[in-house]
Amino acid sequence: MILTPLGIASLSILLFLLQVLIVPFFKRNEKLMVNICFSLASAASLFAIAAGIWAVGNGTTDRVILALGLPDLPFHLRLDPLSGFFLTTIGLLAFYVSIYSIGYVKGFLGHRSVMRLIVFYSLFVAGMFMVVLADDALFFLISWELMAAASYFLVMYEDEQSENRRAAFLYIVIAHIGAVAILLSFGVMAGLATGFKDFSGYTFDAMRASKFPVEWATAAFFLAFFGFAAKAGVIPLHVWLPEAHPVAPSNVSALMSGVMLKTAIYGILRVTFDLIKIFPWWWGAVVLVFGLLSAVLGVLYALMQHDLKRLLAYHSVENIGIILIGIGLCMVFTSFNMPLIAALALTAGLYHTINHAMFKGLLFMGAGAVIHAAHERNMEEMGGLIHKMPWTAALFLIGCVSISALPPFNGFVSEWLTFQAVLLSPSLPAPLLKLLMPVGAALLALTGALAAACFVKAFGVTFLGRWRGPHKPNIQEVNWPMRAGMLMAAASCLLLGILPTVFIRWMDTVPVQLIGATMSASAGTHGWLWLTPVAPERASYSGIIVFLGILLVYGVVYLLLHASPGRIHRRPIWDCGFEKLNERMQYNATSFSMPIRRIFGYFFNIKEHVDLSPQAAHSAFPKRLNYNLKVKDRFWSWLYRPVADVSFWLSRKVGMLQQGRIQVYLIYSFITIIILLVFVR
Amino acid sequence: MNLSPLVIELMQLLVLLAAAPVFAGWVKTVKCWSQGRTSPGLLQPYRDIAKLFSKDMALAENASWIFRFTPYIVFGSTLLAGGIIPILSVDLPLSATADVIALVALFAIARFFTALAGMDIGTAFGGMGASREMMVASLAEPAMLMAVFTMSLASKSTSLSQIAQVIAHSDIHMVLRPSLAFAFIAFVMIALAETGRIPVDNPATHLELTMIHEAMILEYSGRHLALIEWAGMMKLFLFMSLGAAAFFPWGIADEGNMLAVPMALVYLIIKLGLAGIILALIETGLAKMRLFRVTEFLGAAFLLATLGMLSHFILE
Repeated sequence: MILTPLGIASLSILLFLLQVLIVPFFKRNEKLMVNICFSLASAASLFAIAAGIWAVGNGTTDRVILALGLPDLPFHLRLDPLSGFFLTTIGLLAFYVSIYSIGYVKGFLGHRSVMRLIVFYSLFVAGMFMVVLADDALFFLISWELMAAASYFLVMYEDEQSENRRAAFLYIVIAHIGAVAILLSFGVMAGLATGFKDFSGYTFDAMRASKFPVEWATAAFFLAFFGFAAKAGVIPLHVWLPEAHPVAPSNVSALMSGVMLKTAIYGILRVTFDLIKIFPWWWGAVVLVFGLLSAVLGVLYALMQHDLKRLLAYHSVENIGIILIGIGLCMVFTSFNMPLIAALALTAGLYHTINHAMFKGLLFMGAGAVIHAAHERNMEEMGGLIHKMPWTAALFLIGCVSISALPPFNGFVSEWLTFQAVLLSPSLPAPLLKLLMPVGAALLALTGALAAACFVKAFGVTFLGRWRGPHKPNIQEVNWPMRAGMLMAAASCLLLGILPTVFIRWMDTVPVQLIGATMSASAGTHGWLWLTPVAPERASYSGIIVFLGILLVYGVVYLLLHASPGRIHRRPIWDCGFEKLNERMQYNATSFSMPIRRIFGYFFNIKEHVDLSPQAAHSAFPKRLNYNLKVKDRFWSWLYRPVADVSFWLSRKVGMLQQGRIQVYLIYSFITIIILLVFVR
Repeated sequence: MNLSPLVIELMQLLVLLAAAPVFAGWVKTVKCWSQGRTSPGLLQPYRDIAKLFSKDMALAENASWIFRFTPYIVFGSTLLAGGIIPILSVDLPLSATADVIALVALFAIARFFTALAGMDIGTAFGGMGASREMMVASLAEPAMLMAVFTMSLASKSTSLSQIAQVIAHSDIHMVLRPSLAFAFIAFVMIALAETGRIPVDNPATHLELTMIHEAMILEYSGRHLALIEWAGMMKLFLFMSLGAAAFFPWGIADEGNMLAVPMALVYLIIKLGLAGIILALIETGLAKMRLFRVTEFLGAAFLLATLGMLSHFILE
C-alpha cells in the first residue's frame, strides 16, 4: 500500500499531522522547533510532490477506503490525475514556503510563541492535501473545514491588533457561507444519487454513477460554484481576500494566495467535470463572465493599493479570474462537443493555476522579506531597497515579470494559451457567445497590460528610487533559507516559462480524465522546443529561443560595446538647478496610479480632499498642502453594506421577542408545544 | 540543410539595423520639408548614434543594475522582434519562435524595463514618465492585441508569416472586409501611440508637461542612450513594416524563393517611403494632445479594434 502514489501522499499527510504531536517536546528550545518542524514539513511536501507527479504522469487512479469516519460512513480517498495535479502544485509551493519559513519564522522568536504558528501551519497544509484526496462529501467537507479553521487561526496569529481580528472574522464568515453552499450542493447530489433513500450517496463514486435531472444539476452546480467562488475570491465575493492576506504572516499568505485559492478551482473542476459531467453551455458562459469580471476589476483595484500585500491579494483575484476564463471556455467547448479546443482551454487554465502558485508564492515571499527587513508594509514609505537587498530585489523582479505575462517567463505561456483558445471560438454556434468572445479577448488583453503597469509600480516604488520614509531603518538582506525558498520559486517560474511542452505533456492525463481529449497530440509533435497548440501554421511559441535570443543579443551587444570601454562617471542626481531636491519629491504609488485612477474612476469609491493651510496671500503659493485620498472597493457599498444593514435590521426585529423575562420565554415554549401538538401530532 | 532561410533572416536583421536610422531620418526630412525648414539630411541619425557611442557616460550615484541593464534589454527585445516580423520574406526560421501575441509581449518587455529604469534614479521626471507610459501602454497594448487578433481571425493563424502569406495570396474580396478596415484604422492609431509620435507623444520635445517617453530616459547618456535611441528607431521601422506586412503584404518574398528578396527590398523601400510621408504629414497636421485626451484617442482605437473583431464574429 505504501508504494503507490496514494500511499506516499498519505504518508505526507501523516507526517504533517505528526508534527502537531511532536511540537510540544521542543517547547524549551523554539529555535530548534522551527528548524526541525519546517525541515520536516519540506520533506513531507516532497513526498506529496512525488505522489502527485507519479499519479499525473502515469494517469493512474488509486483508491482506498479508510477504517475511519462515522459508523457505516467510512472515509474514501482517491488519487487520480486531477487530484495529482493539484497535489503537485500545493506540494511544490508548500516545499518552497517551508524552506522559506525556516528563516522567516525565526523573526518571530523572542516576540511571540511560534508553537501556534507551526501547529496550524501543519494542519493547514495537511488540510489542503486532504481536500484534493477526498473521495466522499463527508471527508471533503471535514478537510475543507480543517483547512479553513487552520488558516483562520493563522490569519489571527498576530491577534493583538483589532485589524487582524476583524480580517480573520470576515474571512471565517465568508468561508462558512461558502461552505454551507458546498454542503447543500453535495446534499442535492448525494440525495439524487440514491433517490433520498439512504446515506450511501455521499461518496463521489455514487454521484459519478448517477445522472441528474437538468434543474437539479443546475442547482447543484451553482451552489457549488457559489461556495467555491467564495473561497477563491471571485468578484463580488472577494472582499475578505485583501483584508486577510495582508495581516497573516507572509509565509502563510504565500500559501493562502498561492494554493489555498486553488483548492476552490479544484472543487469547481471536480464537481463540474467529474461529478455532474453533462451540462449546458451557458454554465460555462456564466463562469467565463465571472472570470472576466474578476480579472479586470481585480487588477484595477490592485492598482489603487499602496500596501504591498493588499496589492498582491487583489492580484490573486485577477489571476483566479484568468484561470476561470480558461475553465469557462473549456466548459463551453465541451458542451458543444469540441474536445480538442476544450483540452486547450483546460490546459491553459490548469497551467495558469500552477504558474500563479509559483509567482504569487514568490511575490508574497518577497513581500514578506521586505516587511521582515524594513518593518513596513506601506509602499509610500519605501524605496531604493534594491541597493540593500539585491537578492530579494532580483527575485521579486522575476515574480513581477512572470505575473505581468512577459516572455520568457511562465505567466506569458498560460495567457498565450488562453488567447489561443479564445481565437478558436468563431466556430461556436451560439450567437450570444459570438458577442461575448471578442469582449472577453479585449478584457483579457486589458488585464495583462494593467497588470504590467501595476507591477512597474510595485517594484519601482518599493525597490527603486530612494527611501521615502521619515526615518531610515538599518535594512539588511534576508537570511539564506528565505533566499533559497524564493530562489527555487523563481527558478520554477523560469522553467515553466521556457519548457512548457515538457510540463504540458506531463499533465496531459488531466484533460484525458476530464474531457477525454488531449492537447499534446498537436502540442508536442514538433519537438519539445515548440509549443504548437493546434497546428504549427496556426500558432507556435518557443520560450527557450526567446530566452536565449535575449541573452545572446545582450551578450553580443555588451561585449561589442565593452571592447572599447567608455568611462562611466558617477554623479549626483541632476536636479535641474533646483537645489532642494528631496526624497518626498519622487513619484510614489498614489501618484503613479493617478492617470489610471482617473480613467477608470467609475469603478472606485474615491474621496479626494485637498487642504490648503494656512491660507497664503495667493492660492498658488500655499504654505502647506494636505492631500487626502481614500479609494474604496465599490462592492462594499453595492453589496455588503445593504446585506449587513438588512441582517442588523432583522436581528433587531427578532430581538424584540427577547424580553429577558423567564415568564415570557416559558410562554414561548408553551405556545410552541401547543402548535406542535396541534399540527404535527 | 537549406541555408537560405537563415541567410534571409540575417539579411533582414541587417536591413533592420541599417535602415531604421535612415527611415527615422526620412521622416524627419519630410517633416522639415513640409514645415519649410532645412533638413539635417537622411544620415543625421547615424551621426547622432555614432557620437553618443563615443561619449563617456554620466550615471547618477544611486543608479542600480536595472538602470544599466535596461538599454541592452530594450535593444535585444526590439532586435528579436525584428527577427519575427516578415520584412523581406515570410520564410523566416525565427518566425515560429514567437507569434504576433509574443511580438506584442516583446515590445512590452522593453517598455516594462524602460519604465523601471525611469523610476530607478528617483527623480520626479522619471516616475512621471513611467506612470504616463504605463497608462498609455495599458490602453494601447490591448488595442494592439485586438487589432492583430482581427488579422489572425481572418487568416486563421497568429503567426505573422502565415498572416502575411494568406493576405498576399487571397483575392481582393477576401481582403476588403469590414473587420480588416477597422483593424487597420486602429492599428494606425496605436502605431502612433506606441512609437511615441504626435499626437500622443512628441519625440522632439523635452518640455516637462508633455514628455512621456523622453521623461523616462532623461537620465541616460553615452552608449546607453545610443542603444535606446537606436532601439526607438528600430521600433518605428518595425511598426511600419508590421503594418506593411499585415495589411499590404504584396511584393513580399514567398517561402523558398530567394530570388524574390531583392524585389521585396524594392517594394519595401516604396512602401516605407510612402509610410514615412504619411507619418510626417500626420505629425505636421496634428497638434499634440493633452495627456487625458490620449485616453479618448486610445479608447477609440481600442473600440475600433474590438468592433473589428466583433464584425468578424458576426458578419464574416
